[in-house]
Amino acid sequence: MKYVDEFRDPERAAVLIAAIGDLARSLDRARERPLHIMEVCGGHTHTIFRYGIANMLPAEIELVHGPGCPVCVLPMGRVDDCVAIAEAPGVIFATFGDAMRVPGSRKSLLQAKAEGADVRMVYSPLDALALAHENPQREVVFFGLGFETTMPSTAFTVLQAEAEGVRNFSLFCNHITIVPTMKAILDSPDLELDGFLGPGHVSMVTGTRPYEFIARDYYRPLVVAGFEPLDILHSLWLVLKQIVEGRCEIENQYGRVAPRDGNSAAQDAIGKVFELREFFEWRGLGSIDHSGVRMREAYAAYDAERKFAIPALHVADPKSCQCGEVLKGAIKPWQCKLFGAGCAPETPLGALMVSSEGACAAYYQYGDLEGLRAKRAANAA
Amino acid sequence: MCLGIPGRIVAITDASRKLATVDVAGVKREINVACIIGDRAVEDCVGDWVLVHVGFAMSLINEEQAIETLRILTELGEAQQEIAAMRASGRM
Repeated sequence: MKYVDEFRDPERAAVLIAAIGDLARSLDRARERPLHIMEVCGGHTHTIFRYGIANMLPAEIELVHGPGCPVCVLPMGRVDDCVAIAEAPGVIFATFGDAMRVPGSRKSLLQAKAEGADVRMVYSPLDALALAHENPQREVVFFGLGFETTMPSTAFTVLQAEAEGVRNFSLFCNHITIVPTMKAILDSPDLELDGFLGPGHVSMVTGTRPYEFIARDYYRPLVVAGFEPLDILHSLWLVLKQIVEGRCEIENQYGRVAPRDGNSAAQDAIGKVFELREFFEWRGLGSIDHSGVRMREAYAAYDAERKFAIPALHVADPKSCQCGEVLKGAIKPWQCKLFGAGCAPETPLGALMVSSEGACAAYYQYGDLEGLRAKRAANAA
Repeated sequence: MCLGIPGRIVAITDASRKLATVDVAGVKREINVACIIGDRAVEDCVGDWVLVHVGFAMSLINEEQAIETLRILTELGEAQQEIAAMRASGRM
């Protein structure tokens, strides 16, 4: 209970933790393993570690950290593509800061910048469009990544570029979509998941209907959760209550921000600009059908994939790197041989160590590192 | 990138392009408000509290939620990062 005093409302946190404990004790005692509840979103992973929530839970519940950190699931080949575009003559390559340090097979965008490529960190795709206005002789490419949360921002920016008749702006579209990814996780034989905390800000855009198949076809409960520590505890209690009562439903704990139908203006913009790809490759998870989007033909003039020669080579992850197993929840970050031994937030080898939303970086920053090293040594012995 | 940050819309800068000025903990920048207007005139969103993601107002929130969310994001270190990124972009 190391951090419970930091909660906005420690009394309410204590009540929720006690209620979770009560429900856990009412579970079937014959269970052979703890309940596995996956938080899909990297923002949730960050909150869980920052407030030490995993340590507050009873032994019957184990949190599995999902693949919902867009930077963490970028394969090396995709970073190489970014570097190739950034190094093309006349290009200004604009990106969110998170993507700068992700290792490629030869270099990261940060290293490319140090070697002379014009790579700019921007806060918004709108800033990249402004760069295109300010630099009419240059080609500005924005690296579009993220789930449905960030998709509307790049779609609206492309629509604005078209309305303004800008010709020197394009999007390198690497957006990914949540539902096929969750389906792949549910179909994965390595994983036995009992329930989900659903992503709050993806749901703000998509609404909660796209998750209905999880309850209907896979008989698993999902609760869309907010990002405050009390939201996480409340949502875990709701998932557990469904399990204890034998229900599988899609519930929404974050209705104050994520309405059931999502945001229709955002959905319209996404639908106008993007279409599903047949498949898309993820770091560690391999290729997942229909898990990415590309730009529609109508916006070909703004599509960096059509404007530039992109190597698009498949590059295998480094052999010793176990990001894939961690992403799938098959091992914990500290069980990777490289964790803290060569791979650390300042010198990441795997993408999960790069972003503050990555499970490895979160373990590294907030976990009990000495305890984890001891555990790893004991496991190896 | 995905957590967003609360702010208050203080002015409309370009109604036709649905652009407005948002104030996030004292830092001002231009954002797109297309997702939160609904059936209203663009001018009517001045005074709204919104959740801002990468330069776009994505959801209306109430003032109490906004203040609490900002407090939590500050604890998480996310607010500082987000505001630093807004400042660095130099488009206020």
